[in-house]
Amino acid sequence: MTFVVGADCLDEMIASLRSNGRTVIGPVVRDSVITHDQIESADEFPVGWTEDQDGGRYRLVPTSTDERFAFSSPSTSWKRFLFPERTLLIRARRSNGTVAVVEPEPEAPSVAFFGIRSCDLAALGILDRVFLDPDATDPTYSARRPDVFIVAVGCNRPGNTCFCVSMNTGPTPTSGYDLAIRELHGEGEIEYLVDIGSERGADLLGELASRQATDRDLTRSQEAHATAVASMGRELPQDYVPLAALDPDHPRWDDVAERCLACGNCTMACPTCFCSTTEESTDLSGVEAERWRVWDSCFSLDFTHLHGGSVRTSTKSRYRQWLLHKLVTWQDQFDTSGCVGCGRCITWCPVGIDLTAEIAALAVPAATMELGGGDV
Amino acid sequence: MHLEVADAPSPGPMVPHMYRVLSRRQDLADTVTLALAPVDSQIATPTIGQFNMLWAFGIGEAPISLAGIDEHVVTHTIRGVGAVTNALCGASEGDQIGVRGPYGTGWDLGGATGRDVLVVAGGLGLAPVRPIVARLFARRSEYGRAALLIGARDPESLLYRDELEAWRSRLDIEVEVTVDSAQPSWRGDVGVVTKLIPRAPVDSANTRAFVCGPEVMMRFCAQALVDRGVPPAEVFVSLERNMHCAVGHCGHCQLGSSFVCKDGPVLSWVEAEPLLRIRER
Amino acid sequence: MKSIGDLLSEQPFFAGLPGPMLELIAGCGVNVHFDEDERVIAENAPADLFFVLRTGKVAIEVDTPRQGPQTIETIGSGQLLGVSWLVPPYRWTFGARAIDSTSAIAIDAACLRGKCDDDSELGYEMLKRFAVLVRDRLQSTRLQLLDMYGTDAS
Repeated sequence: MTFVVGADCLDEMIASLRSNGRTVIGPVVRDSVITHDQIESADEFPVGWTEDQDGGRYRLVPTSTDERFAFSSPSTSWKRFLFPERTLLIRARRSNGTVAVVEPEPEAPSVAFFGIRSCDLAALGILDRVFLDPDATDPTYSARRPDVFIVAVGCNRPGNTCFCVSMNTGPTPTSGYDLAIRELHGEGEIEYLVDIGSERGADLLGELASRQATDRDLTRSQEAHATAVASMGRELPQDYVPLAALDPDHPRWDDVAERCLACGNCTMACPTCFCSTTEESTDLSGVEAERWRVWDSCFSLDFTHLHGGSVRTSTKSRYRQWLLHKLVTWQDQFDTSGCVGCGRCITWCPVGIDLTAEIAALAVPAATMELGGGDV
Repeated sequence: MHLEVADAPSPGPMVPHMYRVLSRRQDLADTVTLALAPVDSQIATPTIGQFNMLWAFGIGEAPISLAGIDEHVVTHTIRGVGAVTNALCGASEGDQIGVRGPYGTGWDLGGATGRDVLVVAGGLGLAPVRPIVARLFARRSEYGRAALLIGARDPESLLYRDELEAWRSRLDIEVEVTVDSAQPSWRGDVGVVTKLIPRAPVDSANTRAFVCGPEVMMRFCAQALVDRGVPPAEVFVSLERNMHCAVGHCGHCQLGSSFVCKDGPVLSWVEAEPLLRIRER
Repeated sequence: MKSIGDLLSEQPFFAGLPGPMLELIAGCGVNVHFDEDERVIAENAPADLFFVLRTGKVAIEVDTPRQGPQTIETIGSGQLLGVSWLVPPYRWTFGARAIDSTSAIAIDAACLRGKCDDDSELGYEMLKRFAVLVRDRLQSTRLQLLDMYGTDAS
């Protein structure tokens, strides 16, 4: 059963969620980018804004419409609300040679993700497999994740660096949400097609004035979906490229290593990168100690530090680790790809490295290259 | 949307149990053996080849293999190479040290029942295989011929010298020791430990081998074992990587598809060889 | 009482050599024995003989100022002592001393070199085997050089 609501219902949804004690997080314009932050009303959405994204490029561009969701992949992902940049792991106190350890109760604010894209929603599903593994459950993630109220949004205007179609993660969300909406615009007033994904989603919709979707509504939605599918900015072919067979000694790795700054932007922007490190410190008297978990990046030189040096010292080895983990070994570890095709790593790379282009080049066997092989 | 989430365990996976130093022995200038007993709560009984994350208050944790398991007492031989390990080496009897674990895959000695057992240890690698030797002696009749090959930098760097003498005096195990360099007063072998492998008195085709030491030593030893006919699936090595969480979440210990903390540290040569073959993997 | 040829045929180094070739080599060989601590070869002395160790243990040494002889490597049963007999000017670059009571077959270098010059097939078989020996010793020495148990090794 699909429904349609008017534009002012977004405000009502937000108000209802807030009245239930939820902090609503949604896309907002901040510092010339679209990011995610607490919102109190639908006015705070990026009304009339879209993005111009490319390798190493992000610009906000005004549309001439009232669309609230004309953008695609904002500068940040949603992972930091479930996997914070800094998390206190333990607090300990030592006195008279005895150490007492306290595990802080995980902070689990009640939140709603309002306006999460299909790719980012898929990313949550991927992180679930990492942090909710029954053998190793992360306390913070598991305290926050089940309660998150999800209002997902289908993409009408994919970005130039998007390739969710290649990764089978979009552009329209199909599961994992409480409600999924699509902005219907271009024929009079803006309306929202609403799909129910859960009981509590149905309850929220029940509070609003809605009507059942007509055939015309559904057709408009399907056309929007088809248009989005056809306008992906990038492509990562999966069928003819046996990713698992990528040659770790391919000369392309040297080529990308010359461009890569090992800055780690891609890992910060990526919605699925989950690496962290621990930082421990004491107060001046040495009586109280804290250990924090902090985001880390496999691009850092110290990431693989062992006594005597690091295992992956060259930029080449670190880029290769990131790319092969994201697209190949992640599959062995978690039964999914690590990539959702959001394109953030391309947009936010200072030198515009495009992993779809790198994969396309790596897929050409080196021997073919040496022999001056023909077109691929 | 309905997400099934198991209740997070309490205490969580990052909370250490406090142990007390029962005894401390200075093995070498930079190496110390600590026997630890739980203050209150304790870890599950480790299997041989596993490791614990040892915590030096206010400094951090380091992954250290178990060198001995005796009911609730765990023994670790630690070499001081950084802030954490130096602090652990500086611990005195009675000091409290945090323990998280046990982690990782262990040495599968049980799978060698009825067969010959060959243990090759280099340098500090003698510590993680010490529990293999103990288990072997405890159940000697379950195994065929047994040989222990030990390499060290020089005679002064040999660990567990008293125990070594006791092992050598036994008739039911062949112990060979070689050092990379020595003074003329040393009457033993001089040369790399790989040299001891071709003549070890075991039946190659019916042998399970356990190798532990610096990575370059393990690579050459594993190759020498395979060269003399030990099946690669029967050669086991113990790898080492940077670790913070030891539960497969921090990402630091990855080697190919493996998390060394949970898919290792013990791997068969069949799995380890292709991973180690690629430089800077 | 075994002949030299019989003893050589038991040695892994000579495995695969046809009988007549083994007899040729045996013709240059005699049984020898060294007591514990007896010098086997002296650094810089002419490399007149090389040795196939049957039992015991020998330390290959180099003389160093102030510290005296340093053992570089020990070899034992089934291994060969001496490569310089093959390479002009045929002088030992290292010394060697028996650590345990050691029995060996000593092979006259000039005798065998002469026979190899006359019989190039014999020469090729010997050089093939010595190439493997030198390769193995080189590999072992390189690993020793790495000082892989040192604090900085990973």
